[in-house]
Amino acid sequence: MPTFVYMTRCDGCGHCVDICPSDIMHIDTVTRRAYNIEPNMCWECYSCVKACPHQAIDVRGYADFAPLGHSVRVKRDEEKGVIAWRIKFRNGKKDMDLLAPITTKPWGTCIPQLRDAPAPTQEQRDSQLLFNEPKYIRMDDGDIHTLKSNGLRLVEGVEGY
Amino acid sequence: MLSTNPFSELSTVISPDIMQGYVILMVLAVVVGTILDMLHKKSAQYFFENAKRAQKDAKRTLGSGEKASLAMKTLANEVLASSEFKSTRRRISHLFTMYGFILFVASTAVLIFGYPTEAAAGIWPVLWHLGALALCIGGYWFWFAIRVDVASEGVKWYNFNGRGDLFILGLISTATFALLWSIIGGGVDIFFVLFILSATVLFGTVFWSKFAHMFFKPAAAYQKKCIYADGSRENLPDDYDLTDPAVQAKFPDIPEYMGNNPPNMGPGINREPPRHY
Repeated sequence: MPTFVYMTRCDGCGHCVDICPSDIMHIDTVTRRAYNIEPNMCWECYSCVKACPHQAIDVRGYADFAPLGHSVRVKRDEEKGVIAWRIKFRNGKKDMDLLAPITTKPWGTCIPQLRDAPAPTQEQRDSQLLFNEPKYIRMDDGDIHTLKSNGLRLVEGVEGY
Repeated sequence: MLSTNPFSELSTVISPDIMQGYVILMVLAVVVGTILDMLHKKSAQYFFENAKRAQKDAKRTLGSGEKASLAMKTLANEVLASSEFKSTRRRISHLFTMYGFILFVASTAVLIFGYPTEAAAGIWPVLWHLGALALCIGGYWFWFAIRVDVASEGVKWYNFNGRGDLFILGLISTATFALLWSIIGGGVDIFFVLFILSATVLFGTVFWSKFAHMFFKPAAAYQKKCIYADGSRENLPDDYDLTDPAVQAKFPDIPEYMGNNPPNMGPGINREPPRHY
């Protein structure tokens, strides 16, 4: 189900309008509150739900992780750098919280400075590889890259870091 | 000029009874407009149904003392200081407009009912002028720069948005024409006609405009405080303390990736105002 807005929580700040990849979150011209202008075109990406500073936007989660009538609410805390989810089934028996990091460094401090990277050589320009591709995904030199060959180790629950 | 009661000059042409009758008529228009607005939008019904639903999910019952304390906090933060706004400049603009409006309306009532024929009326004429001025500062700032249609939707300031703009235009035109009327001398002139016309539009269009939001917003803010206090939280997840060992044990990814004492990561997307329409 597409996004919808709790009008008493929205203050019309425009963050959802700003972030919506489909450009379908707009500001109502009378109430100056956000609303989804074209629910059919909403792919439920949750961008606006997470961006809303008042948690005024809600959406019904996908049926593959919770049955009908459930509630899935999310709170993205940027200053703490975490995102918290709460999934509650309609009978109230299943009520679980999830918490995960969304950044490990302060925002804006780890933006790649591509301007400082050396310009690609003619050979690199003619290559099919992308400019400045991380070495872990480059397959053009040596053997296939593995966790071991790159000095990485597998951690339970994640694929490696 | 600031300390002169503009209504005293007017009272030589228009009787104070007529002025007082007009004020009473405008108060009635606001009351009727708000009640009709409430019936039409079913906002009161929504509030009570929402409160009932939240009560069902509540983890504890709030005592009357706690409810009174939350009401006082709502009054001190959301009502008197507009703390619900995340944007600082919007909050400042709102405070200018709100206090300007309160000062302007209250001093108008005092001047018309208390000192309709006296040019010197103590501090009230000064408050009347300052109120109108604050209303203009907050109102024009909002209209030209902060209005979300302008900031997020790319609407130009000169595009009139219909019903959505009735309230703010009514406010700034009333305050502007009131000031101009007072500067000119306070008689019956073109600015007086425009002042009365603007005020009639402002107070007479409550049913169609955003005027009634000033009565609903405190109720919404109070309800929001209640749902956090009683634990229902509208099904939102808890606010976790990332340094709490119990939280770290429950969610091991936090210490694994962020350490035992994660730093403040900064404002994130709030580093830039939302104007990338």
